[in-house]
Amino acid sequence: MANPRFDFNEAKQRCRKFRRRILDISQEVGALHIAPSFSCLELVDTAYMGLMNRAGNPDTSDTFLLSKGHGAPALYCVLEELGIIPRTYLENICKPGWPLATHPDYGTPGIEASTGSLGHGLALAVGMAYADKMHGKARDIYVVMSDGELQEGSVWEALMVAPSFGITHIIALVDLNDFQSLGQTSKTLPNFYPMLDKLRAFGWEAAEVDGHDAKSIYDAVKGRSGQKPFVLVGRTTKGKGVSYMENVPIWHYRAPNAEEYKIAIKEVEGCCL
Amino acid sequence: MRNSFANAFHDLAKNDRRIYLVVADITAAAGVASFQKESPERFLNVGVAEQMMIGMCAGLALRGCIPFAYTIATFTIYRPFEQVRVDCCYQNLPVKLVGVGGGVNYSTLGSTHHASEDVAIMSVLPNMTVLAPCDPAETAVVTKACVEKVPGPVYLRLGKAGEPDLTSKADPFEFGKLRFIKPGNDVCLLSYGPLTKMAFDVAERIEAKTGKSVAIVSVHSLKPLDEIGVAQILARFPVVAVIEEHAPYGGLGPRVKAIACDTGARCAVRAYALKDEFLHTYGSHADLLKAHGLDPDRISGELIQLLATRK
Repeated sequence: MANPRFDFNEAKQRCRKFRRRILDISQEVGALHIAPSFSCLELVDTAYMGLMNRAGNPDTSDTFLLSKGHGAPALYCVLEELGIIPRTYLENICKPGWPLATHPDYGTPGIEASTGSLGHGLALAVGMAYADKMHGKARDIYVVMSDGELQEGSVWEALMVAPSFGITHIIALVDLNDFQSLGQTSKTLPNFYPMLDKLRAFGWEAAEVDGHDAKSIYDAVKGRSGQKPFVLVGRTTKGKGVSYMENVPIWHYRAPNAEEYKIAIKEVEGCCL
Repeated sequence: MRNSFANAFHDLAKNDRRIYLVVADITAAAGVASFQKESPERFLNVGVAEQMMIGMCAGLALRGCIPFAYTIATFTIYRPFEQVRVDCCYQNLPVKLVGVGGGVNYSTLGSTHHASEDVAIMSVLPNMTVLAPCDPAETAVVTKACVEKVPGPVYLRLGKAGEPDLTSKADPFEFGKLRFIKPGNDVCLLSYGPLTKMAFDVAERIEAKTGKSVAIVSVHSLKPLDEIGVAQILARFPVVAVIEEHAPYGGLGPRVKAIACDTGARCAVRAYALKDEFLHTYGSHADLLKAHGLDPDRISGELIQLLATRK
């Protein structure tokens, strides 16, 4: 049953706005991870706007960790939308005297942990979830990870430990865009795929959906049993919404020039319709 | 030392429910067993998964807990180094990292189990405090200081078992300050950890052969280092020597020499450390120290000669 407050059409419009916002910012500062932000945008937005309990006391509300720290622009857009950070923060990203960096930095409003080196977020979440259990707090911890990140051994240590410690309040959202710095993830280590069975074998409840479809993401997370920690694999497209960026590795880090920017702005208007 | 840590930890954790012990398949002595029995929910064994151990500790700390991570020193800090740096130090969290068997204490296990560069590696991390008590009694007070005196991350370097008491006649313990554990006027030996016992062996030889008196100082806090205390010693004693179970780079010896240089000290300064080598020799802890050149006869001989030239 859909949360009446989470309107899927509004989510689409919001994500289009976020894509425009990230493109605009990319014209102000050079290095912004546009493509990896575009791939996780619906996962981050659905977590915050649809799934997370953010009401009231920070001690009881849900927690969000962007374990794929390089998707920070997506997170910053959502935090800006929620009024947690002022618009001037993102407009001055990576500039001296301003708090936002390419990767989330603990202590900045809305940032629950410093991330950027892959493979750290899930273990942090396990520690947080264990403490919550001890403190009798039934809040959830959302962790957005990249598919390349799942190549880190530390992720599998956390996947191994969480169910054995009776952790149920972690919801890991994997941004399966099938790309890492040097090429396609599924071609780098082909025997690693499919991923879902491996996650289940470690004791997690797992599902796979279209990671750009807010309703699918929302329904899958809402439909979890709650008996185990949950991992949702979201199939996504790196650079989603801009044809020349989609699945082209150089856009992991590159910013569009003025001409490319114009094309991109036009194209994201038609994204995810 | 392990026992002393375990008992002190038990005392702390009994009265403070924020305290957890997270281990990676290695645990301490009886005190921990009592804690484990009384509070099984705060004793967490993640298995042989040290990155997880540190990451989980940081997660607990982000929720207001004070976790101790405990295993053999190499596995506490080398294997999960990036979790130590990013999760604990970058975020400045109260995670207490306990390394058992610092230096070459696990003498027969080979260099895979030797943490002979640990002080250097931990000292370079911003926000990190590095502590190395010299005997069981000092271990107890330093363990408590990890919680009561240090709000951020700590690396606590411990020996193993069976260390002698060295501090029963010492000056009172003051956290972060150099501590005279034996008085003297002519030579001052600075040491930390279980190797401090060797300073007594060196002092005994020098005193017997020269009639001079040798002071011994336990440097339980390597970071922050009591630099004023070191400068005072350099100004007061004609001969100052550091004896440390650590690689020759990045430990206490180079720090003391730097302070001597900065303060224009006129005394003679010597530093005795492990060799810059992975030795492939085995035997007792003492055998290994000797193979590294940490030998009371050699050190006392050199310092006696040095004293003669200072007349």
